[in-house]
Amino acid sequence: MKATCWMGPKKMEVTNVPDPRILSDGDCIVRVTSTAICGSDLHLYNAFMPGLEPGDILGHEFMGEVVEVGRNVKNIAVGDRVVVPFPIACGHCGACTAGLFSLCENSNPNAWMAEKLMGQSPAGIFGYTHLLGGFAGGQAEYARVPFADVGPLKVPEELSDDQVLFLSDILPTGYMGAEMCGIKPGDTVAVWGCGPVGQFAIASAYLLGAERVIGIDRFRYRLDMARQSAGAITINYEEVDSVPDVLKDLTAGRGPDHCIDAAGMEGHSHGLFYMHDRVKQMMRMQPDRPIALREAILSCANGGTVSVIGVYGGLIDKFPMNAVMNRSLTIRTGQCHVHRYMKPLLQRIRKGEIDPTFVITHRLRLEDAARGYSMFNNKEDNCEKVILSA
Amino acid sequence: MGTSFDTGTNTIRRTERDLGTAIAPAVRPRPETTTRYQRLADEDRGTGGESLADFLGFFSIGLGLSQALMPGLLARVVGIDHADERNRTVMRLMGMREISHGLALLSNQQPEKAAWSRVAGDALDLAMLGGVLANPENKRGRTLFATANVLAVTALDVMCAKQLSKQPDTVAHKYADRGIIHTRRAITIARPVNEVYSFWRNFENLPRFMRHLESVTVLGDRRSHWKARSPVGKSVEWDAEITEDRANELIGWRSLAGADVFNAGTVSFDAAPGGRGTEVRVDLQYDPPFGKLGSKVAMLVREEPGQQVQDDLRHLKQVMETGEIVVSDATKQRGPHPAKPDAEPVTL
Ligand SMILES: NC(=O)c1ccc[n+]([C@@H]2O[C@H](COP(=O)([O-])OP(=O)(O)OC[C@H]3O[C@@H](n4cnc5c(N)ncnc54)[C@H](O)[C@@H]3O)[C@@H](O)[C@H]2O)c1
Ligand SMILES: [Zn+2]
Ligand SMILES: [Zn+2]
Repeated sequence: MKATCWMGPKKMEVTNVPDPRILSDGDCIVRVTSTAICGSDLHLYNAFMPGLEPGDILGHEFMGEVVEVGRNVKNIAVGDRVVVPFPIACGHCGACTAGLFSLCENSNPNAWMAEKLMGQSPAGIFGYTHLLGGFAGGQAEYARVPFADVGPLKVPEELSDDQVLFLSDILPTGYMGAEMCGIKPGDTVAVWGCGPVGQFAIASAYLLGAERVIGIDRFRYRLDMARQSAGAITINYEEVDSVPDVLKDLTAGRGPDHCIDAAGMEGHSHGLFYMHDRVKQMMRMQPDRPIALREAILSCANGGTVSVIGVYGGLIDKFPMNAVMNRSLTIRTGQCHVHRYMKPLLQRIRKGEIDPTFVITHRLRLEDAARGYSMFNNKEDNCEKVILSA
Repeated sequence: MGTSFDTGTNTIRRTERDLGTAIAPAVRPRPETTTRYQRLADEDRGTGGESLADFLGFFSIGLGLSQALMPGLLARVVGIDHADERNRTVMRLMGMREISHGLALLSNQQPEKAAWSRVAGDALDLAMLGGVLANPENKRGRTLFATANVLAVTALDVMCAKQLSKQPDTVAHKYADRGIIHTRRAITIARPVNEVYSFWRNFENLPRFMRHLESVTVLGDRRSHWKARSPVGKSVEWDAEITEDRANELIGWRSLAGADVFNAGTVSFDAAPGGRGTEVRVDLQYDPPFGKLGSKVAMLVREEPGQQVQDDLRHLKQVMETGEIVVSDATKQRGPHPAKPDAEPVTL
């Protein structure tokens, strides 16, 4: 089959590899009909996440048709059309039972590596480094899905791939980012990053009752989308002296009640501190540039919530703990527990409460994945979200 | 308990007294629970692990050297095409800071030095910002924001400091010096105690989750014959006997005279609080083939003993909770393998 392989920093190749096979009785094999490139994939593309090997198949946002099931699989059958959540979860351990699917205690066969770096291991993730399992990803013609009874969600025929594909990751992620804020009527929410995840965080904050949502980015086309499609008030951080000052102004001195970091480890800015962060990142001293995160913390209203859905891969410098502690901020974060949001969000899509297709700007064939990566990475051609199909 | 505080001129003395309790009977923990866990806490918990500080120390020095020696090049790397002298000086200062930081981390006999290097480093950062603030071309808002950042403690430093203060003279370290491995590892399994105990007590189940075991044959009520792969490839065999067996509580075993590999251990089973299942704790001592050298070589190929026990326990958890050992495209092969399917048959 054809698959999108990471061959080195900024080097993606679509090559022929052996077809996946059932490795355990709980597996199924999915023939991928649609898959997408995620902002998280860019962290791999740029080699900022530890634990990649040349030849790894990437991709964790995918859906398709079940073509084979293991002997023990009961909930899905050959021929079903399914969306696959990006974290791999066993459904039986303490974390899964508590609904914390991205923390499944059994699904990362390389848990020892993750434990060395993070103290404990989270769940395995498709196509997302050896640190998180070494599972082949879904930017391919076929994918092996472990724990097929727990993850894949059957979707109704009347909904198109475009409408349901993002249930695999970015829609639940944006939603969880807003949900973690505990939004109350009258609240103002600020979102750093108007990538696809940021767009869904903005839309979800409104779904959950926010009064005003402010989107921050530097790409005009992304800000336009946030304003027109998701209803945000937008700030271009390159056009203002200080984002925290503008936010203070907009909230009459209080600061946003909740701040969502949807930018992550490749945050961008200007000046000496950006330089310092970049040097450290280049030298593999510090995998992250936590620029948006620091700004979110310093901007947040007293007693507010900082919700971190942007991904971080290591230790960070100059973390304003004094602000967090003295101003009673709550930090909430995590890889999305996708499984628990898929059904409720599918309902919201069916009822027309949200139409996730608004983020799609590019459709490519799987063979052109490499071009999709560079375009999305460089934000060329007003690229917001790339869908690949076989 | 007598404590004295030296306050310079006066010395305050406290007399022995029973500490009593401050907690109402209704919320007081059960003595059996606290006694058992206090005993665990007091026993050696060292695993002979490597220090994160060394690793970070070398990285700091590497980064620092390049910042100090090639400031112009590094400025270009981060996107400043025409670094002026001030930019280069700043780079050099940051480089010196990283070097001092790294050296102090490596001399981990004196962790307080690392703390001083941090203070010095933060002072450099502040000096740098002072310069920026004084320059009228720079935007004040952004710089004040940055200053607030610098005043915060770095997460990296905190982690290191924590590691540095955690190098106790444990039994595990002493054993390791004599070439004997002593390790303790634990895991929580979401199954009832009797189920986990019975699974383990049937020794013929052990190779299902212990990677290195080829087989265990039960020879009688207390005796069994074990066969295992050693890190160097050849098989080792021994007879073992059960030294202790308390149903749903604890199993102890040890190898008998003439064993290829001396080993002895216990595994205990406790009900985990709040219906979380079973807490399984393994305490293992063994004399690896080729003694201390063997254990060092094993460590190089990730056969670090504590890690091996931890892997085995994780596999036990997977087998008991999901019915199988979980594999991925990369881990179903021996040795490094990319995360993609392989036409070759599975080699576990
Ligand atoms: N928690 C999860 O489960 C989860 C799931 C999916 C994605 N993510 C993460 O979410 C993040 C965003 O993903 P995406 O697909 O939207 O990626 P993306 O690259 O399209 O979007 C990131 C956006 O952040 C903006 N940005 C960078 N620095 C900024 C700053 N200082 N202030 C404001 N905006 C800034 C960029 O301009 C860009 O538009 C990534 O880190 C990704 O890894 C997390
Ligand atoms: Zn993603
Ligand atoms: Zn689980």
